[in-house]
Amino acid sequence: MPAPVQRRILLAHIDEPGYTSDIDCYLRHGGYGVMKRAIARQPEELIDEVKKSGLRGRGGAGFSCGLKWTLVDRKSGKPVYLVVNADESEPGTFKDRHLIHQDPHQLIEGIMITCWANNVRQAYIYIRGEFPQGARILERAIQEAREHRFVGRNILGTAYSCDVFVHRGAGAYICGEETGLIESLEGKRPYPRIKPPYFPAVLGLYQCPTIVNNVETICHVKHIADMGGDAFARIGTPNNTGTRIYCVSGHVRRPGYYEFEVGRITLGQLLYEVCGGPRPGRTFKAVIPGGSSAKVLKFGERFRVKLREGSMAEWSVEDIPLDFDYLSACGTMGGSGGVIVMDDSVNMVEALANINAFYAHESCGQCTPCREGSLWMRKITTRMVHGGARAQDGELLQSVADQIAGRTVCAFGEACAWPTQSFVQKFGDEFRQYAETKKTAKPVTPLV
Amino acid sequence: MNLKPDTLRKIDEAITHYPVKRSAALPLLHLVQEDQGYLSDEAIEWIAARLELQPINLYELVTFYPMFRRHPIGRRHIRICRTLSCALTGGYPVFEEFRRQFGCDLNEVSADGEVTIEFVECLASCGSGPIVMIDDDLYENVDVAKARVLADKIKAEAAKRP
Ligand SMILES: Cc1cc2nc3c(=O)[nH]c(=O)nc-3n(C[C@H](O)[C@H](O)[C@H](O)COP(=O)(O)O)c2cc1C
Ligand code: FES
Repeated sequence: MPAPVQRRILLAHIDEPGYTSDIDCYLRHGGYGVMKRAIARQPEELIDEVKKSGLRGRGGAGFSCGLKWTLVDRKSGKPVYLVVNADESEPGTFKDRHLIHQDPHQLIEGIMITCWANNVRQAYIYIRGEFPQGARILERAIQEAREHRFVGRNILGTAYSCDVFVHRGAGAYICGEETGLIESLEGKRPYPRIKPPYFPAVLGLYQCPTIVNNVETICHVKHIADMGGDAFARIGTPNNTGTRIYCVSGHVRRPGYYEFEVGRITLGQLLYEVCGGPRPGRTFKAVIPGGSSAKVLKFGERFRVKLREGSMAEWSVEDIPLDFDYLSACGTMGGSGGVIVMDDSVNMVEALANINAFYAHESCGQCTPCREGSLWMRKITTRMVHGGARAQDGELLQSVADQIAGRTVCAFGEACAWPTQSFVQKFGDEFRQYAETKKTAKPVTPLV
Repeated sequence: MNLKPDTLRKIDEAITHYPVKRSAALPLLHLVQEDQGYLSDEAIEWIAARLELQPINLYELVTFYPMFRRHPIGRRHIRICRTLSCALTGGYPVFEEFRRQFGCDLNEVSADGEVTIEFVECLASCGSGPIVMIDDDLYENVDVAKARVLADKIKAEAAKRP
């Protein structure tokens, strides 16, 4: 297979010398031209383009964007809201940061096309509190777009009006979960809502139908409106269309963000050819492919996978194509596109202790299994790292994790259980032997 | 409450962004905290009155969201990312270096009132870790040597202040 080449659609201008975040630069590059054409079309046609495109959400769940839009309750007579999820809170993920900071008008154009397609009159961008500059950049960009009549009253001289406001979060991971986000936007604690009945498409913001989409998803909408749904669907692989931005961090030589056609690059190609392989003198040990909540993959494990055309294949970690379907067939997920790499210097007990500290800190506390379970998992792994490891701790961790997953209002339960379940399942020996290992281990980078 | 005219203007503006006043709770908490440095009882009660809410509706936010604080912090706010990708590339030694440089404990104000050091969760810049945020500015690939340079810069700026 030839070396993979990036297909930069969303990142076309990002990191381009001289490309700035102001509207003049965007207009010089043809900006808002797609929106002008879109507004001349019927909204239903645009929804059809998005359906045909096969676009799947880039925020984590990979849910069909077109289907999400068709589920919106349009008969209720209530206003429809768009909420752009710019919380980017899944550890290992940093693509929305660059889309926002470096090309804010691409996002705003995507928002306005989405709003027109869905008859939205008010959109909010919920941006994490830790992006103060991102919030300022977006506010300035929206103001510029207002002055050019791309946003606000009587857009482009038509009867259509729609405004966009930026809403800053305040440091809580759970605000990335769409119903927690909605509660937060309503000025409350971000306790996720139970579904049913609170599907955002029906009972979302202010109990009105609401579309929640990730920043990257909305940026894709602009390009779908531009090239057409069919053309977009030809990019990538069947059921895994378009491009996506993979964020690589941890122990590789060239970490960073790279845009590829979905499923047209394998994990091995990404890590070796694009990211330059492991650091000198090291080998890869484990990789979390879709943000820290995704189940870990162990280098050396084998997967038997049914291929799309029906035949069976046996794969190593390196062979797995980076898409939604094959990653889940291998027991993990594409999630948010955050690829976290660990080399042979890492002890998996310590890595899990780091992850568990995150989830214990971030559990919102609404559901008992998650609130208590995430804390106990942290306590156990912290105790292990600080000299109190017992041979049976792996099983204990596993049993706590098993009692969280599937027993909570939102998917945070799974998000915090999956790391523990997969680490213990795949690296059980390291958990059993940790007390012994620790006595002789050379000092390495501390993770807790 | 003695808020700057610019803050008051932004507060009036923020409230117009929502059909329901309560939605402006987070924006107002941010604005008042930026103006005052922290959220006092008086500030919380003032915001509650402004939004026609009970103070408890604001206390429950301030005690939940990590970015809100009930006490003043140092003039400079140093936030170091603790989460996995940064830890893998050396976030913990960087954190220790900042503590050593300013001789202060986690979440406390240094004796000279200059800095507060916080260990925070993922700052969404994991590919260029370790990540440090000083006030609103992001610093990437901060190893121990770079941490010392940043600390020296903070100290030099403090010395210049009248
Ligand atoms: C615990 C948790 C955290 C999440 N964090 C984010 C996030 O930071 N950003 C995001 O876009 N989606 C996040 N999601 C997914 C959202 O709930 C939602 O599915 C997504 O925003 C929908 O947009 P999409 O269909 O365009 O992906 C999170 C989900 C869970 C359960
Ligand atoms: S882990 Fe430090 S920025 Fe994400």
